Amino acid sequence: MAYSNKVLDHYTNPRNVGTLDKNSTDVGTGLVGAPECGDVMRLQIRVNPETHVIEEAKFKTFGCGSAIASSSLATEWIQGKSVDDALKISNTDIVKELSLPPVKIHCSVLAEDAIRSAINDWKKKHPEAHTGTPAGAEATTTA
Amino acid sequence: MSGNGTNGHTPNGIKLPIYMDNHATTPLDPRVLEAMTPYFTNMFGNAASRNHQFGWEAEAAVETAREQIAKLIGATAKEIIFTSGATESDNLAIKGVAEMYREKGNHIITPVTEHKAVLDTCKRLEKYGYKVTYLPVKPDGLVDLDQLKAAFTDKTILVSVMAANNEIGVLQPLQEIGKLCRERGVLFHSDAVQALGKVPLDVNKMNIDLASLTAHKLYGPKGCGALYVRRKNPRVQISAIIDGGGHERGMRSGTLNVPGIVGFGKACEIARLDMPQESARIGALRDRLKDKLTSALDQVFINGNMDHRLPGNLNISFLYVEGESLLMGINDVAVSSGSACTSATLEPSYVLKSLGLGDDVAHSSIRFGIGRFNTEAEVDYVADRLINVVSKLRELSPLYEMVKEGIDLSKIQWQTEGH
Repeated sequence: MAYSNKVLDHYTNPRNVGTLDKNSTDVGTGLVGAPECGDVMRLQIRVNPETHVIEEAKFKTFGCGSAIASSSLATEWIQGKSVDDALKISNTDIVKELSLPPVKIHCSVLAEDAIRSAINDWKKKHPEAHTGTPAGAEATTTA
Repeated sequence: MSGNGTNGHTPNGIKLPIYMDNHATTPLDPRVLEAMTPYFTNMFGNAASRNHQFGWEAEAAVETAREQIAKLIGATAKEIIFTSGATESDNLAIKGVAEMYREKGNHIITPVTEHKAVLDTCKRLEKYGYKVTYLPVKPDGLVDLDQLKAAFTDKTILVSVMAANNEIGVLQPLQEIGKLCRERGVLFHSDAVQALGKVPLDVNKMNIDLASLTAHKLYGPKGCGALYVRRKNPRVQISAIIDGGGHERGMRSGTLNVPGIVGFGKACEIARLDMPQESARIGALRDRLKDKLTSALDQVFINGNMDHRLPGNLNISFLYVEGESLLMGINDVAVSSGSACTSATLEPSYVLKSLGLGDDVAHSSIRFGIGRFNTEAEVDYVADRLINVVSKLRELSPLYEMVKEGIDLSKIQWQTEGH
């Protein structure tokens, strides 16, 4: 199978590989996929408690080159975005950017799932964020 | 982490890309090509032309090849029927016996690890009322003889067991299986494609009644196969599946592929003469590769029995790394993976699954097929590349990290829906 140059680039030089402390209250962790399906992605975000902006994203992926590239790209895209904006990223954006062939679309779906799952995990730790309360209003909601 | 060059030379003189997928096919031996060449040009006759020089030359060449092939498996020339390849040979053997012996019985036994040419042929016969027992294999890939014994019924007409497996290279106990079949008056077919010319085969010692053979797995040309059909003790009869001019004693009509057959014969002759030293050399290369990989990397798993195995085969799983991403990282080395992502069906290898391994082990597997033209320098290069890529991909693997932290992956509730 021929890979697009962008897939090859992310595979060869994956961005933001690593691990954040999953017990930190500012960190959300998404672990999606399954070993028997041949792909598992773990995507982690560290969110600014004031601004709800994703300041850092890290990933590790077990999977094919397209799965690695999809998750690597996802971390690049969500860094610097607010959690609400990060949720707007769809798998089709990833398919387009990486020119994924039809058999690899599930890799992009998994990356989208990983973003959502990481954000949900963070939101669980921050119930005040559920309503999309703007930054700075936290003091009043917890009062 | 991936080398970009796919056509070039490394500093130590190795020519890239390296071909190490000799179970898929093998390069043509130059000596074989040399033998074939005249039969494409001057000696182009039809071996069935009985009344002129052109036909006689072609027929003589075909008969020489028949002898060369027969000699490699301890058969006689008249027992070799030429076909288009092993898939046709498997079809002809199984369908041919099924039809011919229909009144005697309708039951066939074959292991689950057979090639699809055997399994899918059996599946088709089931549609026509035949009963097939798909025999499980032991965790090392070998047929359990007690289970085979228990599978025979008074309706059993055929047992089909491959000599060597195309994925894990394990050698089935043909002699024991042949004996069990002979004692019961059941015909024994063996797909001997991977074993031919690599390990000794003797149709009489092993009580093999039919054997599928092909040229391109032993440095011969593609598109040329044969079926060994026993002529005495017992005389095996099969129905043809291709009708026509009655070539090959009515068992396989169609003008013979004379250059291919000449090449097939030459390839068998070379293999017969070179086998002892060649299998020792290739076996040593395989062990060198295995030792390098297993000493440098943890969490590797050899698939299939190591003691009863083709000398050139190594099937190894690098746990917590996915096969296709591994192949991507060694893109100047041609090997295969049991990973779903690399298969046309998007299913992981059914052979590896039948060993009782989880899908995750199959997804992480690489099959090496070392052959006649591989060198020690190539093995060293491949081992180094692989160790490097596996290590890098493990740094990327959440599973490897979790295992290193002592987490039991089987206890995790994985999210599998939709994938």
